[in-house]
Amino acid sequence: MTQKKTVHPYIPNSAPEVKAQMLRDVDASSTEAFYADVPAALRFQGLMDLPEPFLSEYALRRHVEGLLRKNTTTQQVLNFLGAGCYQHHVPAICDEVNQRGEFLTAYAGEPYDDHGRFQSLFEYCSMMGELLEMDVVNVPNYDGFQAAATALRMACRITGRRRVLLAAVLSRDKLSRVRDYLKPEIEIEIVEHDPKTGGMDLKQLEILLKTGSAAVYFENPSYLGCLETHGTEITDLAHKHAALAIVSVDPISLGVLAPPVRYGADIVCGDIQPLGMHMQFGGGQAGFIASQDDEKIVMQYPSRLFGISPTRVPGEYGFGDVAYDRTSFAKREEGKEWVGTAAALWGITAGVYLALMGPQGMKEIGEGILYRTRYAMQEIGKIKGVCTDGFSAPHFKEFVVNFDGTGRKVSELNAALLRKGIFGGKDLSREFPWLGESALVCVTEVHTQEDIDRLVSTLKEVLS
Amino acid sequence: MKNITAERFTNGKPNLRRFHQARWDEPIIFELGQPGQRGILVPEVEEGIKSQVGDALAGIPDGLRRTDPPKLPEMAQPAVLRHYDHLSQENLGADFNIDVGQGTCTMKYSPKVNDQLARMPEMTELHPLQDESTVQGILEIMYRFEQILKEISGLERFTLQPGAGSAAIYTNASIIRAYHEGRGEAKQRDEMITTIFSHPSGAACAKVAGYKVITLYPDPEGYPDLEALKAAVSERTAGLLITNPEDTGIFNPRIAEFTRIIHAAGGLCSYDQANANGILGITRAREAGFDLCHFNLHKTFSTPHGCGGPAVGATGVTQDLARFLPVPTVDFDGQKYFLNYDLPDSIGKIRPFYGVAPVVLKAYAWVMALGAAGLREVAEVAVLNNNYLMKKVLAIRGVSAPYAAGKRRVEQVRYSWQKLYEETGIHSEELGIRAADFGVHYWTSHHPYVVPEPCTLEPTESYSMEELDEYAAILEHVAGEAYSDPDLVRSAPHNCTVHTIDHHPFDDPQQWAITWRAYLRKTGQEH
Repeated sequence: MTQKKTVHPYIPNSAPEVKAQMLRDVDASSTEAFYADVPAALRFQGLMDLPEPFLSEYALRRHVEGLLRKNTTTQQVLNFLGAGCYQHHVPAICDEVNQRGEFLTAYAGEPYDDHGRFQSLFEYCSMMGELLEMDVVNVPNYDGFQAAATALRMACRITGRRRVLLAAVLSRDKLSRVRDYLKPEIEIEIVEHDPKTGGMDLKQLEILLKTGSAAVYFENPSYLGCLETHGTEITDLAHKHAALAIVSVDPISLGVLAPPVRYGADIVCGDIQPLGMHMQFGGGQAGFIASQDDEKIVMQYPSRLFGISPTRVPGEYGFGDVAYDRTSFAKREEGKEWVGTAAALWGITAGVYLALMGPQGMKEIGEGILYRTRYAMQEIGKIKGVCTDGFSAPHFKEFVVNFDGTGRKVSELNAALLRKGIFGGKDLSREFPWLGESALVCVTEVHTQEDIDRLVSTLKEVLS
Repeated sequence: MKNITAERFTNGKPNLRRFHQARWDEPIIFELGQPGQRGILVPEVEEGIKSQVGDALAGIPDGLRRTDPPKLPEMAQPAVLRHYDHLSQENLGADFNIDVGQGTCTMKYSPKVNDQLARMPEMTELHPLQDESTVQGILEIMYRFEQILKEISGLERFTLQPGAGSAAIYTNASIIRAYHEGRGEAKQRDEMITTIFSHPSGAACAKVAGYKVITLYPDPEGYPDLEALKAAVSERTAGLLITNPEDTGIFNPRIAEFTRIIHAAGGLCSYDQANANGILGITRAREAGFDLCHFNLHKTFSTPHGCGGPAVGATGVTQDLARFLPVPTVDFDGQKYFLNYDLPDSIGKIRPFYGVAPVVLKAYAWVMALGAAGLREVAEVAVLNNNYLMKKVLAIRGVSAPYAAGKRRVEQVRYSWQKLYEETGIHSEELGIRAADFGVHYWTSHHPYVVPEPCTLEPTESYSMEELDEYAAILEHVAGEAYSDPDLVRSAPHNCTVHTIDHHPFDDPQQWAITWRAYLRKTGQEH
């Protein structure tokens, strides 16, 4: 390691003259004086063995760009992957706002110097509240997995019970996350799905509910794209047995689909990545949890909750933390779970998205996705040996394509599609072996008829 | 022409800025726009699709259809932009101020080139499930960054999955649990030890992971109490979750003894390296005997804080514990990078996919701009800045730095305005709010306030001597006001976007309003 000594642009006081003066000012002969408490045995000797740096900004940019150019983007390839991370159009204003240094580089200031952060997050929560028709929405937590896991823990604290029921059709990754998070004290039971519709098996649900559960959790649409058409029956059954109904929802569907509160949900959760976040290799996820304004429920949220309040100046809006004493910031292990840095900037961005879209935009995007989903299912389903109607439920954005009738494996078909410039749907054969050779295909508003037709014709080509 | 410049100085020192934050008196977004306005149009569905499909909603039962449109704003695009630009100006990002006042948060400069790189479509437009052959670039960055963290910590494997520091602490608590389960001791080992000057999430995450939490308080000198540790360990000890230097900026010189005692009792030691900025290349987790650690990439590794995320809590472990890491790890077979799910003992998933990749990219670029000597320079200048600022601050009337009297601190100091409070009745919180009138701010500390009337300053390496002088001058000025004109301080802020907020509604279920719709309902307005 022979790095040249340099004055670094990120480190103002690395200029030797300044450094020397500051050391004199604090009566230190060298910076060694500040490490007197670090025992010799713990001192790292010499310089760390790290790659040679690119000291000029130009060289650094060239290096990193070189690495990134090894990637192929969904702008270069026609993409039909979803499964929790979605390619939607990101409006320019979303990027414009979340790139502003005032938001990008702020952290945890007070409601005075950071009024803009508080108001924009309050507004995000408020717009989500309109979409969900619920009065309480949290400042975003990490992602939809965490939102589901926390919603389940909240239900256990509210009901005093330690068992939850989950719909069977659930991402294995999400199930893994939820299992780990609930493991120490909460038992998980899986409610099987109705193999015909893809929805929940109501008979089994009723049997399981009889032995006492805190919550019934299902997704709308499910991980496999099926809409749960028996929402009211499920939540009625849950409530009959004094359990809460938790529904995870794709927020981009809610311009056309009913908010879960309309079919009885007590807590609604999900991921806001579709609302203005680039996919970023999975880096755009952020979670939300929502409920009605019931103190019993509100006091169980671990997240920040921002509220509106008057200031001493008439007509001036102020903001602050609601029921701060719930949180681990206030009470350490006596708080509810924990709170910390999560995904606030994506919350602000989702607010921008909802403001741009308005009621009409949300309706149109939802309808457009329903149209394209149906069209893609019909067209792909026409291919010989390929089946898209395994589940009779209506679908939103995603659906299962089964290739058993072709005798071909999804992995080899996807490899063939890739050679033709298409990312095929997610291979489900390992995640859901009972679905045989199946792929989870995703279409959104970014897919034109021509894109879908190209998928169909290319599939026909590689199958022939 | 008169000498304007001379009027900006008094007795050779620059005057304080006559700062005033933007005050747009911005309406709530629901008050803006007009029915029928549109902020963006969405792609139209082609007639060919419509005619084939017919009714898009066919088969969807009435109860699942939205009947009332969501009451979202209806705004034209420039109005949306202007609203958010106003709000952004009413927010004090680190780009705009001498942000040394958010101690423990390491508010350093986030290089713009890294943000620009993370906005390239080769980063933003990647689906996480793309074929591995099409994401070799980002996988290589994740792999390379892991190698860097291994050297910085001395530990042997990392996951970049946890979404921030607390998620990383939880991940470590989960790994500790899995380790004891594997040895059949999970039931017996139900206690986790932490210290009061470690982050509250140390205690909170341990509790969520199923542990009883034992919190050690400092000895009279402010160091974690070794005798208290000895008294706390037993066959029930699962592990230690500890920060070093702690949030006081005091480095625990007996840290290796702490880890030895925990190991002797059969526990594991997890190092919260949230405060690593002052010790990069100086001392590492490995030599101190830690089995696990984590770094906040949004702190030490410069990635922007984003108003509170997205972030990454990079989590490292020894080779023995690598089998418990969340799946997948990013591996290299000599030819290509790949996602490795073959970890049968894994605790499972911590986050969807692989973590916040653009944050990893920015952190990687930051290290690659500095190298080993640069990181060492970061640490040394950060502690120099801290000790320089400490000398300036301690010269101010009413303030002290409790514990370790006469000793140097590492990268931050938790000060106390207790004396000032006793002499003026002004609380530290009030003083911090008054400081915001001059375009800076500071944070007190987590609760409980073990240090009374706390104020935690962490200058990092990013601020010049002149800026530190300016910050100290602001503190000196507002502390002086506490003595000379306490009402001026008490009624602050005066130059911020908004004035004193009524806090009563926040803790009253009848009044609190977490959304606009709740506010309308609770104030008797039509929704």
